[in-house]
Amino acid sequence: MELILLFFIFTLAGFLGFELIAKVPSQLHTPLMSGSNAISGITIVGALVAAGADDGSWITTVLGTAAVTLAMINVVGGYLVTDRMLGLFKKKGAAPAKKEDPAS
Amino acid sequence: MNREILINSAYIVASILFILGLKMLGRQTTARKGNLLSGVGMLIAIVVTLLDRHVINFTWITVGLVAGTLIGLACARLVKMTAMPEMVALLNGFGGLASLIVGAAEFFRIRGGTVTPEHPAFTATVIYLTVLIGGITFTGSVYAFCKLAEWLSGRAVTFAGQNFVNGLMLLATVAAGAAYVLSGDPQVALLAFGGFTLLSLVLGWTLVMPIGGGDMPVVIAMLNSLSGLAACAAGFIISNNVLIVAGCLVGTSGVILSAIMCKAMNRPLANVLFSGFGAAPAAAGAGAGTVQGELKPISAEDCFGVLEAARQVVFVPGYGMAVSQAQHVVRELAEVLERNGAEVRFAIHPVAGRMPGHMNVLLAEADVPYEQLVEMDAINPVMTTMDVAIVIGANDVVNPAAARDPASPIYGMPIINAYEARTVICLKRGKGTGFSGLENQLFLLPNTRMLYGDAKASLQGVVAGFKSLAEG
Repeated sequence: MELILLFFIFTLAGFLGFELIAKVPSQLHTPLMSGSNAISGITIVGALVAAGADDGSWITTVLGTAAVTLAMINVVGGYLVTDRMLGLFKKKGAAPAKKEDPAS
Repeated sequence: MNREILINSAYIVASILFILGLKMLGRQTTARKGNLLSGVGMLIAIVVTLLDRHVINFTWITVGLVAGTLIGLACARLVKMTAMPEMVALLNGFGGLASLIVGAAEFFRIRGGTVTPEHPAFTATVIYLTVLIGGITFTGSVYAFCKLAEWLSGRAVTFAGQNFVNGLMLLATVAAGAAYVLSGDPQVALLAFGGFTLLSLVLGWTLVMPIGGGDMPVVIAMLNSLSGLAACAAGFIISNNVLIVAGCLVGTSGVILSAIMCKAMNRPLANVLFSGFGAAPAAAGAGAGTVQGELKPISAEDCFGVLEAARQVVFVPGYGMAVSQAQHVVRELAEVLERNGAEVRFAIHPVAGRMPGHMNVLLAEADVPYEQLVEMDAINPVMTTMDVAIVIGANDVVNPAAARDPASPIYGMPIINAYEARTVICLKRGKGTGFSGLENQLFLLPNTRMLYGDAKASLQGVVAGFKSLAEG
């Protein structure tokens, strides 16, 4: 029964995803992509469980730690990059946002 | 039990925040807030997972979290806006690899006997899927990163029987997966697991190989979708709803973006992914719609003369603008043109650049207000009223062969009809064809002038003309 529930959730989330994204202006494609990319870092939840399960196996700990690190890069990098990009979009005549592009 | 209810309630909140965040990301005014909301959702998911009674040892978690945060911070702060496509590809690859490793960790835990799954065959199947999708996402993204960062040639790399070889490898992973799921023997299972892990990593690389630079927006969107699906599959392994919901949302959003990109090129997804488009310079079609003519160069001063008299100007940017970092001087030119009384627009083709929406980000970086950015369908009907169209490093997306020459490989792709403007000025680094290897018929039309040289330097020359006019 539990498996069926998981598939149930999966199916509904799929339809919800289509409905949510279907009408996004092309200007926002990049932030949408990098923002959703950050969300895919949710795999960190699985990584945390693997890294924190103290089951006496060094393989699991090593793998778990690596997964936590990688997923965290994905999460932190993804959200910040998206925010930086969105900070650049502005309306005409709007007060210039704070300078936040140290790289260029 | 109480703790479990708390954790799951928090996961529901996180899922809601992801959904709201994605919804708000779809509108200009709310996008930034939406991203923040989804970030809060992620924070909640991470924090409550730490409360999970299975999580006992925090030493290594802390190491991983701190290291990941620092690297992520560095990535986000240091990357240049022009390098955004490769950054997104790389981050995406990390996500895929993380999912693969989660799958591997679960494999070893089950093997070690610390976890006994309720449905062994099902868990084995989803572990297989997580590793397969995660592996393809990882190496595929890394390859895309190398192409975008120009560490590797952006051209499609093809060889005879490529699709056959890829198909064979895919079959082999299915066979290894079946052996792993069905075999009760731990030795066979380990061997099969190693086999499909390796194969999935090779597959990611070889699948992206035959896809040319011009098709990168589709690939990036597809890989993004795959990283979501990998997380989703990982969710099935550990029966975790928030992974399934979030992963699935990302998966579908990536699919939709890919579909939008493919539609913008009027090519089916299979054609983009498997045809090796742009591998070799295409033979110039001598079909009915071919334009005969010659390239007519123009100097920066003459260009200034044309623009000075123009009342309606449209810029059509492409990847070349990113390469020469010309977005700032483009904005400067747009400003002096407006001061000169002209109305300025920017026409953005959906697949201009190397990732979905690439040009919008670059122009935003240069402070171009987004109201001036016009989508293809909005600009084409008024193109005939444009005095000047300035094409900056765009190629295939303005090639009239797409509309007129049935022999052209890009025939049928919707383009920005820059050729309908009274005068077309094309900025180009030198003679030669673009990424797809096609000769651009636009350059040969009687109303087209070529402004050769580095786009940034050329435009600075034109802006200088306006400035001296203002002073004189």
